[in-house]
Amino acid sequence: MQIHDKSPLKAEARNLSFYYGEAKALKNINMPIYDKKVTALIGPSGCGKSTYLRSFNRMHDLYPGNRYEGEIRFFPDNTNLLSPEVDPIEVRMRVGMVFQKPNPFPKSIYENVAYGLRVRGENNKRVLDDKVEHALRGAAIWDEAKDRLNELASNLSGGQQQRLCIARALATDPELLLFDEPTSALDPIATGAIEELVHELKKRVTILIVTHNMQQAARVSDYTAYMYLGEMIEFGKTDEIFIKPQDKRTEDYITGRMG
Amino acid sequence: MQANILTTEQIRALIAKGKLKDAVFKAVGIFCLAIALLVIVLLVSDMVMKGSERFTVDFFMNFASRRATQAGILSAWVGSLLVMLVTALAAVPLGVAAGVYLEEYAKRNWITELIEINITNLAAVPSIVYGLLALGIFVYQFGFGQSILSAGLTLALLILPIIIVSTREAIRAIPAMIREGSMAVGATRWQTCRYHIIPYAMPGILTGVIIGLARAIGETAPIITIGALTFIAFLPPVPYTTGTDGVTAGMFDWVMSPFTVMPIQIFNWTSRPDPAFEVNAAAAGFVLMAMVLSMNAVAIYLRYKMRKNIKW
Repeated sequence: MQIHDKSPLKAEARNLSFYYGEAKALKNINMPIYDKKVTALIGPSGCGKSTYLRSFNRMHDLYPGNRYEGEIRFFPDNTNLLSPEVDPIEVRMRVGMVFQKPNPFPKSIYENVAYGLRVRGENNKRVLDDKVEHALRGAAIWDEAKDRLNELASNLSGGQQQRLCIARALATDPELLLFDEPTSALDPIATGAIEELVHELKKRVTILIVTHNMQQAARVSDYTAYMYLGEMIEFGKTDEIFIKPQDKRTEDYITGRMG
Repeated sequence: MQANILTTEQIRALIAKGKLKDAVFKAVGIFCLAIALLVIVLLVSDMVMKGSERFTVDFFMNFASRRATQAGILSAWVGSLLVMLVTALAAVPLGVAAGVYLEEYAKRNWITELIEINITNLAAVPSIVYGLLALGIFVYQFGFGQSILSAGLTLALLILPIIIVSTREAIRAIPAMIREGSMAVGATRWQTCRYHIIPYAMPGILTGVIIGLARAIGETAPIITIGALTFIAFLPPVPYTTGTDGVTAGMFDWVMSPFTVMPIQIFNWTSRPDPAFEVNAAAAGFVLMAMVLSMNAVAIYLRYKMRKNIKW
């Protein structure tokens, strides 16, 4: 996977393997993630793309029996996110995540966004107000939410809830933002809004997005990685992957002959 | 038409046969329900009719007496409420903490499996056994004597398994994505429990607490075992008041006071030879039931109010 690119690296997987107990779910993955770019992960169901994504914020550490091998180097400080010496909480403070299904907490809109800040010990009302507004604006939901900040988040529509979850992740200024099929539970209009938002967000944060939808990958990403059976088959600039895939398996997948 | 496809008549006959079974089961179900309800209605109305002449203010404000018409349940209902207070204060923090630990912190291995099996079994231990245990530990070993404290702690032990199990069930009902959402912004386990798991599990925990307390308030055997009095003509000292002996009570003196509780008072009255006391027993029985039912009513209301805001 030799990509000669001028943009700096934000992260890099090096010989990354992952095991659910005995089952090897990721096989020796090497892949760069470029700073302030959108990288899409595509592949058929069960290919390991979500597993790979969830390695970046050590989500697997929440459950017993999971094991990583190899490294995910995080730049500019060259920290290995998977090192046993690095606390997963430290990793999650730097790497935000948006889930497949909108998962707002059953609290107010305001408290949902403020939560990450409260966890970091911020209790100053003025600072919180400021950052909540900034995050909601960043997630393009401020206009819809500003008059109902104290309402329950569950009163929002699905698409609004997902943007709220993006705001929740943005509030703590993550360096890398993970999206795990963020639009799979949304209608086409809400999906369009999220895609537009992803495009807007890459000005300030590096994005890694898992998607089932190849058109979405083509629309939103700068780089695309095709995964199959836990292996990284091909990685490259999105237009090159879609126009001229190097690997037969990638070509089969994106032309719809498989998956 | 193929041989294995049914004609319209056959289909209708089939449906009619099915509907008949439906009707039979429905009738049986209603009959069973009616029996259960009828028993309760009979019990309650029997108590009300027998005890009706005792439903006066005096009955609630009088101590026990040798004369049935003057005997009241003051020391019993005060005793029951105070014992319940101690029980709740001891059992809720212990039970909730244990439940949260088992669900959120404990590693899954054979030790936790063993603990889980034991907790489930504890719920089935006869209450008299708790009474024996408490007599040895609280009354003699710790020197709490035959006090409200001993009784409250005994009943706390008794309902601890109920609270632990309901806490765990309430926590298990919280979707994993809520926990992950909290951890994903960098929260610790405790922050996740404090801000999410415990608040969202609260309606379920509350149900368990009330079921436990409703069971505890009716318990007689362990309370007799640790030596509750059956005839008591004084109340526990109110904090910071001066009694007839001229001693000012401290904040927590009441927990060391002798006491009696409703079921013991009822048991005592039913064992008297004078049939006039049966009236007292019936009236007190009704009051005890009313206490349990109002506790349940409060729990249902609180649960409804809390659940309204919790949606995923």
